[in-house]
Amino acid sequence: MSNSEFIAVPPINPTLPGRLNIPLPSFAAPVMSLAEDFFEWFGSLGIFAWNVLKAAVTPPYEWRELIRQLDEVGSKSLPLVAMAGAAIGVIISMEARYSLSRFGAKSMFPATLVFSVIQIMGPIITGLVVCGRVGAGMGAELASMKVTEQIDAIEACAINPYRLLAATRILACILMLPLLTLATDACAMLTGWFAQTLVEPLSFHQFIQAGFKGATFSAFLPQTFKTAAYGLVIGLIACFQGMRTRGGAEGVGRAATNSVVLGSLFLILTDVVLVKFILVVFP
Amino acid sequence: MATAFDIAKMQERTEQDGSVPVVAVENLCKTFGTLKVLDGINLSVNRGETLAVLGRSGTGKSVLLRLIIGIETPDSGSVSIHGQNIAGLALDQMGKIRKKIGFLFQHAALYDSLTIAENVAFPLEHHRREMSRSERGDRVMQLLDEVGMKGDFEKLPSDISGGMQKRVGLARALALEPEILLLDEPTAGLDPISSGEIDDLVLKLQREHQMASIVVTHDMHSARTIADRLALLDQGNVVIEGKFEDLQQSDIGFVNEFLKQS
Repeated sequence: MSNSEFIAVPPINPTLPGRLNIPLPSFAAPVMSLAEDFFEWFGSLGIFAWNVLKAAVTPPYEWRELIRQLDEVGSKSLPLVAMAGAAIGVIISMEARYSLSRFGAKSMFPATLVFSVIQIMGPIITGLVVCGRVGAGMGAELASMKVTEQIDAIEACAINPYRLLAATRILACILMLPLLTLATDACAMLTGWFAQTLVEPLSFHQFIQAGFKGATFSAFLPQTFKTAAYGLVIGLIACFQGMRTRGGAEGVGRAATNSVVLGSLFLILTDVVLVKFILVVFP
Repeated sequence: MATAFDIAKMQERTEQDGSVPVVAVENLCKTFGTLKVLDGINLSVNRGETLAVLGRSGTGKSVLLRLIIGIETPDSGSVSIHGQNIAGLALDQMGKIRKKIGFLFQHAALYDSLTIAENVAFPLEHHRREMSRSERGDRVMQLLDEVGMKGDFEKLPSDISGGMQKRVGLARALALEPEILLLDEPTAGLDPISSGEIDDLVLKLQREHQMASIVVTHDMHSARTIADRLALLDQGNVVIEGKFEDLQQSDIGFVNEFLKQS
């Protein structure tokens, strides 16, 4: 390796005695810069989350803004998650019927559909749909407020922006995700049954009875309520990305994109952890 | 650290004899990346006094206001409001100080999803919870009347001109009856008639409310009209501070050049 492939990386604290200026390979600088950005992002997220938590638990409480956000996150996302649920129900119905027929297990169809929807597809699809709609909306709205100094104006009016803007949005996501998941599940089961009935008539009562046979609350409740954690992830990342935006219209676009991309990524990672946790706690 | 009693006594002393400035900035330094914006600034403003801060673009005039209200944190130096150093105050403690400060942003920074009346009512809804809805409404209309915007209370910020937005921003800044008024380029981007109207409005409000004001501006005419003292910034420092006549008599090259070009 020639000398030209090495660059001198300045020491973190040049005045520190005994620190050596060791030449590092040329690829080291961008890697170190990426690592620095990575840790800076997580550090800032941690500080942001702490500020939001402090603001959320201390009065005055922003009830009116919370109600507005519950409506924004909840009722305005309902048609979208209902449609997504309906589509998922039909897809699972078609796929499951075909697969189960091959193994002669058609009688397992209702239970397969119900368990697939409630335990796997319903929560994650709701999370991703809400992340797309609400995450992008919150990220863009807060970013736009940031670049036009509206957040600074809130602060200048002696109002805590973490309390007014972030805590209310994050709390609304936490509260609404489980309810929206129930709506997704209900729509998926309804359309799944309907798709099945078109091929082989089965009453809805029989379908539900067969689907929930042997089911316990512990099989369904943790899967539904884990979506509160998705809400936390979606709200926290969208608010964080929005409120730290810089750079005009481009910054607003970047904040909206990052809110959705990072929100979806962290939502799936959270799901991995929660699935394992639920399997351990509710075997 | 000063106790609440000390602060109250200090404020009382300030109001009685004006011996403690309402706003005092000492050795204030602020750097963004490698760019040193403010390099040891010293300024003070007393009750009922207006200080105009002038200087070229990018000399840290707006940053100075943001440091005074605590939106930015200084690298070193101190900002004192009524004798209390605001460094290291928690957000809620800082909130108590900010209630005494009215801030007009350069681009007004009105909340674009709220109407004009809702924008002005915003600080009242959060800090005057004891007010009934009708009392709040009356106060909003009174403030809008003061700035000549009473007839447009139902409009959205996007439906009014830049000058009108600044008037509404001024009404919002006055909503909590502040003791200190910070104005960031109140006449920037306005036609001469609108600039004159804003100047007259600021003068009228000064006379009526006796606030300590700091006005950041490029507009020498506006500064002469509304300010008691002027401070000229260059390269992060105060080059000269005094009355307009002091600036005129100065033999500093930058001051002469600035006055010539204004």
